[in-house]
Amino acid sequence: MASASSRRSETDRSIVQAATAPESHSSAPSLASDPSAIDDPIVREQFIRLQAARERRRARTRSTVRQAIVLVAFLMLLCVAYTAYKAVGAAIDDAQSEWPLIGSFLPESGDLKMPPVLDIVSGIFAEPRGAGEPFWSIVGKEAAFTLREAAVGFAIGVVVGLGIAIVLTTSGRLERALVPHVIASQTIPLIAIAPIIVIWGRKSFDFLPFEWQDWMSVSIIATYLTFFPVTINGLRGLQSPRPENLELMDSYAARWGQTLWRLRLPASLPYLFAAFKIAATASVVGAIVGEISAGVKGGLGRRVLLEAQRYTTGPERLYVAVLGAAALGIFVFAVISSFEYVLVRRKGQEAVT
Amino acid sequence: MNDAGPQPESDGAAGGAPAAVEVVGVSKVFNPGRSNEIKALTGIDLRIDPGEFVTLIGPSGCGKSTLLRLIAALTGVSEGTVSVNGKTADQARLDRDYSMVFQRAGLFDWRNVSRNIELPLELMGWKAAERRERSAEMLDLVKLSEFARHHPAELSGGMQQRVAIARAMSFHPQLLLMDEPFGALDEMTREHMQNELLRIWAETQITVIFVTHSISEAVFLSTRVVVMSPRPGRISAVIDVDLGERNEATRDDPAYFSCVTAVRDALRDGGES
Repeated sequence: MASASSRRSETDRSIVQAATAPESHSSAPSLASDPSAIDDPIVREQFIRLQAARERRRARTRSTVRQAIVLVAFLMLLCVAYTAYKAVGAAIDDAQSEWPLIGSFLPESGDLKMPPVLDIVSGIFAEPRGAGEPFWSIVGKEAAFTLREAAVGFAIGVVVGLGIAIVLTTSGRLERALVPHVIASQTIPLIAIAPIIVIWGRKSFDFLPFEWQDWMSVSIIATYLTFFPVTINGLRGLQSPRPENLELMDSYAARWGQTLWRLRLPASLPYLFAAFKIAATASVVGAIVGEISAGVKGGLGRRVLLEAQRYTTGPERLYVAVLGAAALGIFVFAVISSFEYVLVRRKGQEAVT
Repeated sequence: MNDAGPQPESDGAAGGAPAAVEVVGVSKVFNPGRSNEIKALTGIDLRIDPGEFVTLIGPSGCGKSTLLRLIAALTGVSEGTVSVNGKTADQARLDRDYSMVFQRAGLFDWRNVSRNIELPLELMGWKAAERRERSAEMLDLVKLSEFARHHPAELSGGMQQRVAIARAMSFHPQLLLMDEPFGALDEMTREHMQNELLRIWAETQITVIFVTHSISEAVFLSTRVVVMSPRPGRISAVIDVDLGERNEATRDDPAYFSCVTAVRDALRDGGES
């Protein structure tokens, strides 16, 4: 062992030699070559696995196309069912004089209560009197207004929610002490706190460097719905690394922040995206409810309220406004899903749902 | 055994080089003073010189993994001292004197093979170009250059474990601690990985401490087999294995079989006492 230290100094050189020696490539054939010609059994098995993985990816693409077809078919079926219900209802209405009892049990299906599908579709493109632009454009602008509130609320919710989750990860005692409070916060009805937040916004936020506007209060209301799923799932995700992965980081003498950034946060991404999808749609709901309680000018919540008040003059407009809200929810869901696809699924991970 | 053992610095450091690992009078008790108190290790003395390949073998519960964790400073001793390269185990951890390989490869799913190997280098603040160069070097060492851009989910267990070894070796640690690294692999893959590990050990002259419960694996790989026995965990025998350079023929060598028999007898004796 007297030569140990001198051998140690040769370590680097021997590794470099191993790396540059031509024979080190002998068992690492090009990926295009025939698997049966590979002499390394582990590498040969690998080629077979890769081929199977490619097959699976292709199958997944096919199933995505199939899902899209199913979705379109489902929507068409929904329209057909709606129309059929109206037709049956109308027939019963006509026969009401003969069977008054049945007619009174069934919900009314007249064109005022349930405007025909075609009326709703034409309502999208019609120009309301004095508006000067088609209705889809009005709803679109209001959806964009709501989207801004929801997006700001979502962003704040993610930062706050993840911040809480990270703080709770540092100590099991803190987690046990605070998680019940986080859960309790969600039992307060949104409708109840929305006016409080709006009043705070108008009276108390003078210290901010910018002028507080009502839509910002709506964002805060959206935040209230958003942070919760992020905290709960984030906590689960941050605690998801296996003990040996945490020990690995310890063995490298990694600092707390390095372990957080390089292990805990990436490991929590599938959990976080599951939360982001819930939070994004919740932020839209929060924004709409917030608009209604806050009496903000503009926004889908405002539009729904307005069209409900003047329902009799154009029932299809309320339907279009509601469809606009649904479309906005689907839109934010799709945006988050595509981020998830890029950041998580493509790397061979299964999504947590 | 609770006497203050000889200090590592003063203990037979022939040629001035400190022992790679020096364990003196170590015991480890989990949950001391509680009803679920477990005496995991007692009276452990072990000295490992640089360049050795030492295997810890024993039945479940003999504390062999615990001993490895004590050397890695992932857990603390209850009594005694552990020193690595003449430093305390924890200082050696902070100085990144060793690297560890676990039974599960424990690769990060979201990083490709190359970036997994770069992980310890990132933690040490290496520059990107240097990291990439070293990771390419390591991929050649474990013969995986073709798979640099693949993600761990696409790799078989044997491949993943090779990447884990490359990651562990990436910063040229002086000591490699391996906790049943091939335990989850099938027999054929396992023998192949053993050959690969011996090749890497010969090329790099790294010191290896290897935990296993396979007798044949212990004998085939190591220069010294440390046999441990349970309740409480202790070293019951140390068997020198002198088989020269290993190759496939070694597995049929009579000397190999006599060593296997010796280790098996030691395990049996240790279990009975």
